[in-house]
Amino acid sequence: MMQFMLLFSRQGKLRLQKWYVAHPDKLKKKITRELITTVLARKPKMCSFLEWKDVKVVYKRYASLYFCCAMEQEDNELLTLELIHRYVELLDKYLGSVCELDIIFNFEKAYFILDELVLGGELQETSKKNVLKAIAAQDLLQEDETVDAALRDVGWL
Amino acid sequence: MAYPMYEVDWSVLPPEQNRRFNPAFNIATIKQVVNEAIERVAPVSVRMPTPTRLRDLIRQIRAARTAAEERSVVNKECAYIRSTFREEDSVWRCRNIAKLLYIHMLGYPAHFGQLECLKLIASPRFTDKRVGYLGAMLLLDERQDVHLLITNCLKNDLNSNTQFVVGLALCTLGAIASPEMARDLASEVERLIKSPNAYIKKKAALCAFRIIRRVPDLMEMFLPATRSLLTEKNHGVLITGVTLITEMCENSPDTLNHFKKESGQREIVPNLVRILKNLILAGYSPEHDVSGVSDPFLQVKILRLLRILGKNDAEASEAMNDILAQVATNTETSKNVGNTILYETVLSIMDIKSESSLRVLAVNILGRFLLNNDKNIRYVALNTLLRTVHVDTSAVQRHRTTILECLKDPDISIRRRAMELSFALVNGQNIRGMMKELLAFLERSDAEFKAHCSSAVVLAAERYAPSDKWHLDTLFKVLLKAGNYLRDDTVSSTIQIISSAATERQAYGAMRLWTSLEQSAVSGLATEKQPLIQVAAWTIGEYGDLLVSEASSAISMVDEDGVDDFVRPTEEYVIDIYQKLLWSTQLSISTKEFLLLSLAKLSTRFTTQASQEKIRVIIDTFGSHIHIELQQRGVELSQLFRQYGHLRPALLERMPAMEPVAAPHREEQELDLSDTSPDHTKPDQDALLDLINGSDSLTNGDVEHQPEQIATTNNNTSSNDILDLLSGLDLTPSAAATLTARATSQLHTLTDFLFQAAVPKKIQLDMMSPSGTTLSPQGEITQVLKVTNPTKTPLRLRIRVSYNIDGTPVLEQTEINNFPADLFN
Repeated sequence: MMQFMLLFSRQGKLRLQKWYVAHPDKLKKKITRELITTVLARKPKMCSFLEWKDVKVVYKRYASLYFCCAMEQEDNELLTLELIHRYVELLDKYLGSVCELDIIFNFEKAYFILDELVLGGELQETSKKNVLKAIAAQDLLQEDETVDAALRDVGWL
Repeated sequence: MAYPMYEVDWSVLPPEQNRRFNPAFNIATIKQVVNEAIERVAPVSVRMPTPTRLRDLIRQIRAARTAAEERSVVNKECAYIRSTFREEDSVWRCRNIAKLLYIHMLGYPAHFGQLECLKLIASPRFTDKRVGYLGAMLLLDERQDVHLLITNCLKNDLNSNTQFVVGLALCTLGAIASPEMARDLASEVERLIKSPNAYIKKKAALCAFRIIRRVPDLMEMFLPATRSLLTEKNHGVLITGVTLITEMCENSPDTLNHFKKESGQREIVPNLVRILKNLILAGYSPEHDVSGVSDPFLQVKILRLLRILGKNDAEASEAMNDILAQVATNTETSKNVGNTILYETVLSIMDIKSESSLRVLAVNILGRFLLNNDKNIRYVALNTLLRTVHVDTSAVQRHRTTILECLKDPDISIRRRAMELSFALVNGQNIRGMMKELLAFLERSDAEFKAHCSSAVVLAAERYAPSDKWHLDTLFKVLLKAGNYLRDDTVSSTIQIISSAATERQAYGAMRLWTSLEQSAVSGLATEKQPLIQVAAWTIGEYGDLLVSEASSAISMVDEDGVDDFVRPTEEYVIDIYQKLLWSTQLSISTKEFLLLSLAKLSTRFTTQASQEKIRVIIDTFGSHIHIELQQRGVELSQLFRQYGHLRPALLERMPAMEPVAAPHREEQELDLSDTSPDHTKPDQDALLDLINGSDSLTNGDVEHQPEQIATTNNNTSSNDILDLLSGLDLTPSAAATLTARATSQLHTLTDFLFQAAVPKKIQLDMMSPSGTTLSPQGEITQVLKVTNPTKTPLRLRIRVSYNIDGTPVLEQTEINNFPADLFN
């Protein structure tokens, strides 16, 4: 099970944080700060896994963003790397050739996509197509509502 | 003939309004047109200034050049948002919360938004719910009271007609479920697992997984619905079903058995094997393919569940042998995906009761991993080998060379794993070669490794040393290379080993250590190697006469590399070096204590008057040293040169060979049996020893029953209790005695029976393996104890007995001191 996922830039700025365990806010901030420092201190030649406190941390760097997942002891580290890659692929497909700036300005969309991929810390859907279909359908629901509301306000509906 | 509808320019609308041609005809422009219409036509109230859009806020914050500027932008926006919350504005609430969430991610406090999130969730609009649930997952955690309020909203949304609303609710419940929420909503989730909609089913399954994690008691109610999950075709439902079942099986062994016993169509192991087979053998499926592998995520999850089902179960393991072999051999390994599946397969093969050919296959896969260029794969291989090395040592030995190569890897985690693995692989045959590599590793390793590595080297050397000389050499090398990171008791154990060695070895030791000492003193690196200085000081102090005598040239000092750098020192030179070290400001006080005493001993080992004078002078200076310990030593030792000069030789003569506290473990051939019980009881034995030596009146610690009367005769007398102990004594006429401890039980069955004993310091105790650990009624367990008592001190035996009776652990402790007085005659 994934305990949490963090996305942060090379300067240590947090771009996304998703927690699947209940910690008080202060503790979350502390963990985030320490983990970011630890991961940023790693040299490029080192492997993508590290043991940290009682959790296995799997991280991968895509351009200027670090994707960092904390997994439990029994989880398959290589599979987590695949999961991170799947998430990046989905973001790429949805936001169109994604870069850090896209994630900054569309952070809520990034969260929605993550919520369609992972639930409660475990993978819920293995088909890229299905995840994107679900997101597109929900976006459509949103848009239909907006248009309906606007038209209603104007009195055309 | 061309049909009109397929002709390129068929259209009803003019070109500029035709959707197919006009790229501007999309949702954004529609919104713009509608907004403009509203601006134009609608009444004034709607034309109030709208709150900043999210993008604009983000842009503003990013444009801030200093932290103070950013803070002021944020504070202004927060104040605005707070005021809108007070005004109960529902139109723009969702936009304001989105902005608040961004501000929260930057690190600013956002707790005032929690109630607003609830209002969003309660709204009928999907947009509001989406943002509201996101806010709930980000801003709320279990400790808040707002949680109770959310439960009602969740319940409503779990019953919604729109699948996406149900999905949102399930997602939120899965992320932030507290035990109370879990209990309240479990029945809803259970109902949803049975839904015909695959989208809802898979989310409900994972939600149930989280509920069970939080409240294990609720597992029972999900069991019936779970069974049917594995017969689905949808991969999402399959993977979430497997996850849920895995959690249930890990949680309780009863559930595990329940799943295994399901008979008929839905028996689990064949089902899983079938699914896995279909995945591997089916053709290319674009939807689930990752670099040529069909749904690796599902494959790995199934392999993990198979591992749990096959553990300790020969029948289940039998059923999965084939598919594991198939996966192991058919998976394409050019990409990370293939290696992921192989890794999981290897873990499964190692954990279940697989046949030996399969295990060999697994170890070979790991060996291939070790040679892979990708450091992640190497790391994973080393990790797995570490877990399995104790089970399959011979298979892993084959890869020893590769593992030793990994000691030189640039990545620190790989080096650490390789080090631990190397120590696990050391045995009597490969000790020389491995020790060479390990000592080289010790020399160049980082500080955090040095302590662990040096103690492991010392331990391994003690266990497997092929000869005394080799053992001493290795210890000296460790002292040299590990510097100050050495464990404290290494110094004393090295000294003890030297003292009990043969005279020739002692001379050799003195000479070898002298070389190191002299080099350290001259090069100024003595502060880094204080344990070495301490051992060297002691050795030279004891055997200084051997060091400077002519006879020392007879001993070969050629070391492993063929270098002989020993130069026989004069007495004067030795004293000079000592003086240099004693007056160095950087050595610790305890090192100087060693040196000072050693110098005093040298006054009796060295024969010339000049040396003795020099030594006396040096010791006198310490009489006024600022540190009290050294001053005391200085004063007392200088007395030995004055009034009590006649006592000096006797007082400082050679020490006798020291006895080790614990029996040294020299492994010759097989070691299994004799290894387990002494090792096993040793830590406790030390604790019990402390108890015996520390107190005169012996008190029983945490005893749960009344201590029984222990009989030392052959009668089975016992009071109202169920144990008889020590009903047998064999008296062998020597300084050694053999005791047989016999335990019998009248009524109950005792499991995990453990008998431990401790004796006073001067006596040595060896315990053989017990005949068993389960004591059934009318059965007995025997354990042989060998007691060696060279000083014929009266034998006192403190014993501790622990066992489980009907699952409850019991601990009893008592002492026996009514042994026959002539036991050791």
